[in-house]
Amino acid sequence: MNRRKFLNVAAALPAATMLHGTIASFGTAQVAWAAAPAATKPGYDRVLVLVELKGGNDGLNTLVPYADPAYFALRPKIAVKRDEVVQLTDRAGLHPALAPLAGLWRDSQLAVLQGVGYPEPNLSHFRSIEIWDTASKNTEYLQDGWLTRSFAAQPTPRAFAADGVIIGSSDLGPLAGGGTRAIALANTEQFLRRAKLVQTTPIAGNPALAHVLKVEADIVQAAARLDARYNFKTEFPAGNFGSAIHTACQVIANPSGVAVVRVTLSGFDTHTNQTGTQARLLKEVAAGLVALKGALDELGKWNDVVVLTYAEFGRRPRENISGGTDHGTANVQFALGGRVAGGIYGAAPDLGRLSVDGNPAYALDFRGLYATVLDQWWGGDSRSALGGRFAPVPFLKA
Amino acid sequence: MLARILTCPRTLAFIALTATTMLAHAAAAPMGYADARHLLARTGFGPTDAEVNVYAPMTRGDAVARLLREARTSAITPPPAFATATVLPRRPGRDAPVEERKAYVQEQVRYGLELRAWWVGEMVVTPSPLTERMALFWHNHFVSSQQKVKIAQLMYGQNLTLRANALGNFGALLHAASKDPAMLVYLDSAQNRKGQPNENFAREVMELFTLGEGHYTEQDIKEAARAVTGWSLNRDTGEYLFRPGLHDFGNKTVLGRSGNLDGDAVLDILLAQPATAEYVTTKLWREFVSPDPDPQEIRRIAQLFRGSNYDIKVALRTLLMSDAFWAPANRGTLVKSPVEFVVGTLRQLEISLASGLPFAIVSAGMGQNLFSPPNVKGWPGGNVWIDTNTLLARKQFVDRLVRADETSPQMIPVAMAQTLRRQASARSEQPLLAGAVPKQALAPQGAANDDTARSQRLAREVDRGMRNLHFDATVWLAARVGTTTDDKERSAQALLLALAPQSPPPSGDDALAFIRATLQDPVYQLK
Repeated sequence: MNRRKFLNVAAALPAATMLHGTIASFGTAQVAWAAAPAATKPGYDRVLVLVELKGGNDGLNTLVPYADPAYFALRPKIAVKRDEVVQLTDRAGLHPALAPLAGLWRDSQLAVLQGVGYPEPNLSHFRSIEIWDTASKNTEYLQDGWLTRSFAAQPTPRAFAADGVIIGSSDLGPLAGGGTRAIALANTEQFLRRAKLVQTTPIAGNPALAHVLKVEADIVQAAARLDARYNFKTEFPAGNFGSAIHTACQVIANPSGVAVVRVTLSGFDTHTNQTGTQARLLKEVAAGLVALKGALDELGKWNDVVVLTYAEFGRRPRENISGGTDHGTANVQFALGGRVAGGIYGAAPDLGRLSVDGNPAYALDFRGLYATVLDQWWGGDSRSALGGRFAPVPFLKA
Repeated sequence: MLARILTCPRTLAFIALTATTMLAHAAAAPMGYADARHLLARTGFGPTDAEVNVYAPMTRGDAVARLLREARTSAITPPPAFATATVLPRRPGRDAPVEERKAYVQEQVRYGLELRAWWVGEMVVTPSPLTERMALFWHNHFVSSQQKVKIAQLMYGQNLTLRANALGNFGALLHAASKDPAMLVYLDSAQNRKGQPNENFAREVMELFTLGEGHYTEQDIKEAARAVTGWSLNRDTGEYLFRPGLHDFGNKTVLGRSGNLDGDAVLDILLAQPATAEYVTTKLWREFVSPDPDPQEIRRIAQLFRGSNYDIKVALRTLLMSDAFWAPANRGTLVKSPVEFVVGTLRQLEISLASGLPFAIVSAGMGQNLFSPPNVKGWPGGNVWIDTNTLLARKQFVDRLVRADETSPQMIPVAMAQTLRRQASARSEQPLLAGAVPKQALAPQGAANDDTARSQRLAREVDRGMRNLHFDATVWLAARVGTTTDDKERSAQALLLALAPQSPPPSGDDALAFIRATLQDPVYQLK
């Protein structure tokens, strides 16, 4: 079956059921999987929040190996000063702009994942983020996102507003591919107002037309189940990332549910004058995550959400002449949430043993992080989505 | 009997002759309204009735020849005022007073808006829509972004270069675009020097401008990066400048060719590769023909393209005369880009503008912020243009355009506001680097507030622009061909929609309701 045919068939299903006004009847064709009744049992009532640090955040200045002379030797201009880092261990500390996350670290709800990468890394933004988004091998070209494949195998309940909500970006990333119900929106109020312009028609026609019709059907279903009525006491940071976090919290506040929310912060491709840019961006990240935690505490949902950051790659250990860094490989990511087992996972990059192009080897395969989410957070089976067995990284409490 | 007739050589000759004549006749026949509309919708923005009627009596061949022959190489709209200066504004140094630096940033933001307004305005009025479509195509191929370049004059200069070569020679365009000052900044060539090469340009020129992924090695990139060392720009005039002191004169090997290669030599090595012609032809196919390039046809057209020493008109003529271009199955299979959607709607509804700015902002809100593609790969396009957010932005735009009764400013152009903030905040990083200003001065809070204020200003701009438009549905519909309202409505659909509408139009004689329903039809998203 070619991809186009698959999309048409898959896309036709929700609209057909909606036209008859019997969404529940869809369950006869495909049993809605694992909407666990109790919050203690894994299922899609647990939410995954993905935070994309687009452009390739510099991991080495995010989790700083401040005791390693090699680090300062490689970065005479842009190294974070030893007395400025937020010390986590006697060897590693956070970039000072991430200081607001120190509380989460102390409460053991912040996991720092280091050396995250994959074999034979690709240094192109587009190819590498494609590898991350589709969970493919370096040599493999897949169309559908890893979550798209996972939801195809283990569908979210039909009553959910959508599989996932993508906030403030048109790039669907891990939800790409026609099979999912992915809602991209800038903010909830605007989405609901504009959704009134849409009527659904049966999905038919060439792939472009079928795509438009499928998006219309998704809009109608999501608009019927999402609202933006929750008034948070938590203050959200001003700016696009802060409002994206606010919107994420509004989506999560809805009882009708989504399994995934993705927010994006761009600008991490720091080839020139990295220091100021990265400091500003990390400060936004920290402020946004702290607000997210506050708002989810208000909802009583901090234990039902896991936040995972990601980026296409890290940056090269040796700074370039422009006070920046070029494309690299293994990187630092964060996982946080009420059920996260805090600590540092993986291994710090060995700065004394860099590859010919000056990059460190990876220690944690990113697909292991996905396996943690699919197998342990949602209690599913990651093998079909990830194309094999990847050992979960134990950053969730048992 | 039949067998005898068929075996008679004279009969066979007659049959062959008749078939040939019939084919020749089909090619020599007037193509008619539907074909002319298809050709103009695919090679321009939404065509008007009058434009379609000019081409309908022509043969397909004549029509394509005329489009290519009459394509302009320059804009008809006078340049934005800032762009006529011959000397670049001096960027205030790190030690300059805050007010001075802030004023510079605000000036560049304003110029950036003027630039977008100028281009959208040109697209709406140009007699040569194909030129603007090709300039836009190359803008999305040889990507640079004001977000990083931060000097609107350079972005304007690049736009002129792309337009002048839009239907010229791809080799010449590759050389010009690579050494274009905006590109030198965007892909860090100006930072690339002997001993400390910056690989950014070397990688993207292979991956995105010529060969495509899989046709080169990491080693080729490293060697090519050494070859382009020394490319720089004169910061006063904004012109290309070769700095021999920064150039690596050593031996390099790129794609198996060795020597003391310089940047131009590397570009010529890339042009000599068949993969380059196929890569560019595939991209042109997706732009003009269908989302599914036919590999055999791609090879045929790419060979002709390369054989013509990269005459872009040869590639375009062959694509536009291919069976696939005219195949009924390929009609309405491409999604309009936001700029095509917005400009096309204005052209088809024959709405005249005071300024292009509101429509540049609206397009940005739909995911296409001119002069600021999301990254060096450009806008991915195709079905990706349409997600729940952007589809609703499109529907709201046309709804508001024809109804003009919504007064609240709801079109928050997120993409553009982000861009503007990046431009603004990049300056405030400088003091931190110099260690002169305490960290609090970075103030993302302040940057974010500026951001919100800017969003609101842009939304007001859109609001003003939309309020000042004039569209009379009754007058527009009355001007369609036909005697009865039904006839006129059918003519209007034949002009506005690439395929039959998905939802039946409302009954009754309300012209506004009819046009509104037609523009809301899912098919209106397609070309």
